Amino acid sequence: MKRYSVFAIAREGLRYHQGWERAWRSPAPQKRYDTIIIGAGGHGLATAYYLGKNHGIRNVAIIEKGWLGGGNTGRNTTIIRSNYLQDASAAIYEKARSLYETLSQDLNYNVMFSPRGVMMLAQTQHEVRGYKRTVQANLLQGVATEWIEPARVQELVPIISISGPRYPVLGAIWQPRAGTARHDAVAWGYARACSEMGMDIIQNCEVTGIDRDGDRVTGVQTTKGAIACDRMGIVVAGHSGLLAQMAGFRLPVESVALQALVSEPIKPCLDVVVMANTVHGYLSQSDKGEMVIGGGADGFNNYTQRGSFHHVEETVRALVETFPMISRLRMLRQWGGIVDMTGDRSAIISKTPVRGVYINCGWGTGGFKSIPGSGWAMAELMAKGEPGPLAAPFSLTRFREGQFIDESVAAGVAH
Amino acid sequence: MSTRLAQGGRLIDRSRQVSFTFDGKTFRGHPGDTLASALLAGGQVVMGRSFKYHRPRGAVAYGVEEPNALVNLGEEGRFEPDTRATTQEIFDGLVAESQNRWPSLDWDIGAVNSLFARFLPAGFYYKMFIHPRAAWKHLFEPFIRRSAGLGRAPRARDADRYEHFYAHVDVVIAGGGVAGLAAALAAGRSGKRVLLVEQSGHWGGRAVVDGARIDGKEAADWVADAVAALDAMPNVTLRTRAMAAGVYDHGYVLVHERLTDHLADKSGLRQRLWRVRAGRIINAAGALERPLSFAGNDVPGVMLASAMRDYLVNHAISPGDRTVIVTNNDDAYRTALALHEAGLIVPAVLDARPVADGELPERARAAGIRVETGRAVVRVKGRSHVTGVEVGLHVGEGSVLEEIACDAVAMSGGWSPVVHLWSHCGGKLNWDEAQAHFRPDPERPPLGADGTGFVRCVGASNGHLRTGDGIADAVAGAAWATGADAGKAPAGEDADEGALMPVWLMPQGAGVKLRAKMWLDYQNDVKVSDVQLAAREGYESVEHTKRYTTLGMATDQGKLSNINGLAVLSGALNAAIPQVGTTTFRPPYVPYTLGAIAGSAARETFMPLRKTQMDSWHVEQGAEFEPVGLWRRPYSYPRLGETVKDSVAREILNTRKNVGILDASTLGKIIVKGPDAGRFVDMMYTNMMSNLAVGRCRYGLMCNEQGFLVDDGVVARLSEDTWLCHTTSGGADNVHAQMEEWLQTEWWDWQVYTANVTEQWGQIGVVGPNARKVLEKLGGMDVSKETLPFMHWAEGELAGFPVRIFRISFSGELSYEIAVPAGQARGLWDAILAAGAEFGMQPYGTEALHVMRAEKGFIMIGDETDGTVIPQDLGLNWAISKKKDDFIGKRGQQREHMVDPLRWKLVGLETEDGSVLPEGAYAVAPGDNANGQRNVQGRVTSTYHSPTLGRGIAMGLVERGPDRMGEMLEFGAGADPVRAKIVDPVFYDKAGEKQDG
Repeated sequence: MKRYSVFAIAREGLRYHQGWERAWRSPAPQKRYDTIIIGAGGHGLATAYYLGKNHGIRNVAIIEKGWLGGGNTGRNTTIIRSNYLQDASAAIYEKARSLYETLSQDLNYNVMFSPRGVMMLAQTQHEVRGYKRTVQANLLQGVATEWIEPARVQELVPIISISGPRYPVLGAIWQPRAGTARHDAVAWGYARACSEMGMDIIQNCEVTGIDRDGDRVTGVQTTKGAIACDRMGIVVAGHSGLLAQMAGFRLPVESVALQALVSEPIKPCLDVVVMANTVHGYLSQSDKGEMVIGGGADGFNNYTQRGSFHHVEETVRALVETFPMISRLRMLRQWGGIVDMTGDRSAIISKTPVRGVYINCGWGTGGFKSIPGSGWAMAELMAKGEPGPLAAPFSLTRFREGQFIDESVAAGVAH
Repeated sequence: MSTRLAQGGRLIDRSRQVSFTFDGKTFRGHPGDTLASALLAGGQVVMGRSFKYHRPRGAVAYGVEEPNALVNLGEEGRFEPDTRATTQEIFDGLVAESQNRWPSLDWDIGAVNSLFARFLPAGFYYKMFIHPRAAWKHLFEPFIRRSAGLGRAPRARDADRYEHFYAHVDVVIAGGGVAGLAAALAAGRSGKRVLLVEQSGHWGGRAVVDGARIDGKEAADWVADAVAALDAMPNVTLRTRAMAAGVYDHGYVLVHERLTDHLADKSGLRQRLWRVRAGRIINAAGALERPLSFAGNDVPGVMLASAMRDYLVNHAISPGDRTVIVTNNDDAYRTALALHEAGLIVPAVLDARPVADGELPERARAAGIRVETGRAVVRVKGRSHVTGVEVGLHVGEGSVLEEIACDAVAMSGGWSPVVHLWSHCGGKLNWDEAQAHFRPDPERPPLGADGTGFVRCVGASNGHLRTGDGIADAVAGAAWATGADAGKAPAGEDADEGALMPVWLMPQGAGVKLRAKMWLDYQNDVKVSDVQLAAREGYESVEHTKRYTTLGMATDQGKLSNINGLAVLSGALNAAIPQVGTTTFRPPYVPYTLGAIAGSAARETFMPLRKTQMDSWHVEQGAEFEPVGLWRRPYSYPRLGETVKDSVAREILNTRKNVGILDASTLGKIIVKGPDAGRFVDMMYTNMMSNLAVGRCRYGLMCNEQGFLVDDGVVARLSEDTWLCHTTSGGADNVHAQMEEWLQTEWWDWQVYTANVTEQWGQIGVVGPNARKVLEKLGGMDVSKETLPFMHWAEGELAGFPVRIFRISFSGELSYEIAVPAGQARGLWDAILAAGAEFGMQPYGTEALHVMRAEKGFIMIGDETDGTVIPQDLGLNWAISKKKDDFIGKRGQQREHMVDPLRWKLVGLETEDGSVLPEGAYAVAPGDNANGQRNVQGRVTSTYHSPTLGRGIAMGLVERGPDRMGEMLEFGAGADPVRAKIVDPVFYDKAGEKQDG
């Protein structure tokens, strides 16, 4: 694989870019692999990447129904942060965030991780107390956050109105090394690296059945034929329940559409990411200049990735109040992504009732930011057959034991 | 150089002038002009700069699809970026400014990017800026951010107002061209309610420009008659400047209407968002012309052939003296003929097809216009303006046969139906090989709740590009939408057209150098070479190509570029176009303002504000408010010279010493009534509630299915079959919704009714040692300890007000909570204050309430609980019935982790030095966990300065806390951890002697 660099660009520029190679191969599936990952989204590709990189497992196929990175990896609002309250969450999200710091160099692919800082506004006394608690927790978890006063909020976000009539800004929790990355590039960068390690990424290949011998997995049926394997990871956010059903077990997840939109592009006016949980909205400005706005999840289960209006209205109304200057910007595009939600709004990285089958799902609204950490922990689980400390708390059994990892506590609904 | 012709222009009123400025220079146009037509009239061809290379650009289109001519419009509170000059109508005093350039439109330093274009192909940023790591954030990204973006960011608060309007109709018709009008006439005659919306300010669409005839009349006359007939139908509503933006599930349509954007007088409502629920939706949105991909197709002066015709016919704009036409179809000959008839020179029509012998080419030849078939534009000459074209064989590789001097180029690559509204909700498309476009597949429409299609495309948006076909299709669509016989369709006539020849690359054998100058997405600077690069690098899915190259991601959302781009992709992949497929069509069809989405819910009204009956009194007293759910409640009542901290302390001390008055009206009040009500409250609460005697009160806990505590409050039994459930102020609506969910989904056969009567009752707390004296003075009820003991309630008249008095206490003091019908609450409040004056009565707010409950060791939902705490953690086992078979949360509380002896439990905490523990602080434990995080053994849940005790007090959850009384803990991990002792959580009046007074 040719390395990407400014020199490579210059060389290719002189010959009209005729010499670039494929970023990833497009092979036909082999009859069998040691390991199959179902789902070539960020989490699936990251799992494969760390299986290869950390554990030397490279006889891997990553099977994708559509196009790689086409699920929630390609339709989120690109926020990366780790200011979580509970230890288990803080550990895995901080692992992810720290891997993001060097991901461009690790993958030789610029994923544009930009630690521009994320702030979560406190707009009620209750939120003030909640975020102060989070700051205290983060301090002990090794996550660098701080409580900032309204004047500092205004300084970091000149376009904010901190003295709104209903929900004045009372302060914020600020994570300076949180930020954003280019979502598609994360999937592409991992895909390129996986392909380079000899793994097969098989797109447009839908899994139609999971083969078992007793309680042990033996392979998958797909639209491109049967593929055998010893070990399988199911990493298909939004459709986890369907794949689990094929494997023969049930999951405590529901699929709902999460709404987002972008405005037309304008010159830079917002350098940080702002989340306002009281009013259910978050806002950042992409490198292209679009204001990227995330809203809530629809109140009903479904699998269509469509935008609906209810949440967009609610979110925009609140953000116009908090950032009055956006009123005259125009909505360019709105869409929905299907997230799977667990009872405690935290993920599942776990063994399953089927031997050889592992599942990674339930990231809810926290999927993109967790990709490298999730892949790291899932790869460790699949390679060793037992979870490491990052994955252990996220076991399926926690719902039976009541050992929840509830983040709705201080982080509001979206996290 | 463009200019205004001396005659013609069907939309402009030459008798009047309109004056406006562009980049500080004054221009004049006429009413009926758009900003683009007026600038062209003034010779201003260059109107903007492209996104990436900052290339000079002119208007390439006439309508909403324009990607180039975007401007900053207006000033201060009416400033907005990225406005399409092609749709913005001019008015006196309009101020516009070009964007994405510095220092000026003519001299833009950013254009240096263009010199390096060769080194900035699609996705270049993924391959560079990787090292050194810190440089991305600090160097490269800020540079990219500054050179990207388009218009300026607004600064001021929006000076305008918006509203939402709700409409319910049988049929919505999107598009007021002749197809939409014909559909509306037919649907209107059926008597159904019809809403017809047109995005521009004018009816008739293309037919009136292209000179079609309908029912033997000029199209313009037929349109005028049709609009008059529709106006006369009471069941039909017509709106211009109203764009159907999106179709959602169940026939939901959003229409964005612009009311003052075209006026100098901005005093009225600016925009209205129609929220329409429609039985059927007819999409008559027409079709959009496609550019051709030849080198230099973005040079200012190159325009879509139809757009040039629009500017000429509607606004009498001459695009230049000499216009070369380049086409792959017959329609573009209409432009040649129109220019010729206006006295302008058409040096040649370059037709890529080997033969062009249809009616229109023949008419052009007859008019003396030179028609060259099998020819292509090899390259457009000129930088900021067209100076000529190089001509070659279309089947060739780009050898120049001839150079033609010209100052404008009209291009036509065929037409694509506008299928957005069809596709938003899942309608599928077929590739039409003959017309080289995607059109709706009638077999796969978006499906409504009844499983049938609820959207239909008609006319050009259904692929019927000829007037007659389109009108007939529209009338058939009206019959479908109304279920009525639509009658005979008006007969439309226009010139016969020969077959189009798909042309995706011009000339078809063009080499890399030419392909690097063929623009697909004008605004984002995506070229044919970029799409081919994406394909070569394996970004083969159309979505990958889009995202890698940014094709179709500009403000026109690919209206001009998508089909051309995916045709190039299919060529590069050697796959058929339908196999490559399209990207997803997302709402809105045309971007519209966030202000319109927010509607009238702005500023004070952006969310409902719930006020109690006493609100104005609180305001008069200068109360500091805090939001509690949608309510606002007084936080405290600082007096002149007092800080809020001072006033909270004063309120507490006065209440403990004399008597306080609290507006408790926001307290949730839910009536549960019916034969099965007792059984129901037993399920909702952990306590036994069915055996509560009438006249008695009981403190109760509500958990969720997982067993976690979610709400608490006092329940009173009002009568044999009626319970009154008090909830937290913020929780009332949720608790009520939960009750209804259980009743409607699980216990639908139980005879129970619930009613949230929170707002029907005012509630006033009279709290403190003098409380009874105040009530006795008011008179009317016996409130003695004997008649009305603690945890009892009584109904009666107090000072003439009908009331229920509850003997409950959240402060530990003697306390009466008095419920009174809301309309009389303020009257009673005033009466109590008057009576209380001599006993030292003062109001207190929520902060005093919180501190007093903490002094007493009472838990607060949201402080001691956070969704992970079960009642057993809080020492509330006494409130959990052991007799009941079941209650919500019981099973959850039996799980292994819930009965773990190491759970964190409620204790009191006292610092060594009397200071206040930090909010949310954690008690550290030795060592780190497996993830390298510091071990913890507890945390602070509530922490206050207690004025009563003169020291800090706190409550917290600590591992095995109640078994560790007297132990010291360290809180926080900083250099200065705070030490605190585990104590009983009841700090004040441990014996409970105060509550009876």
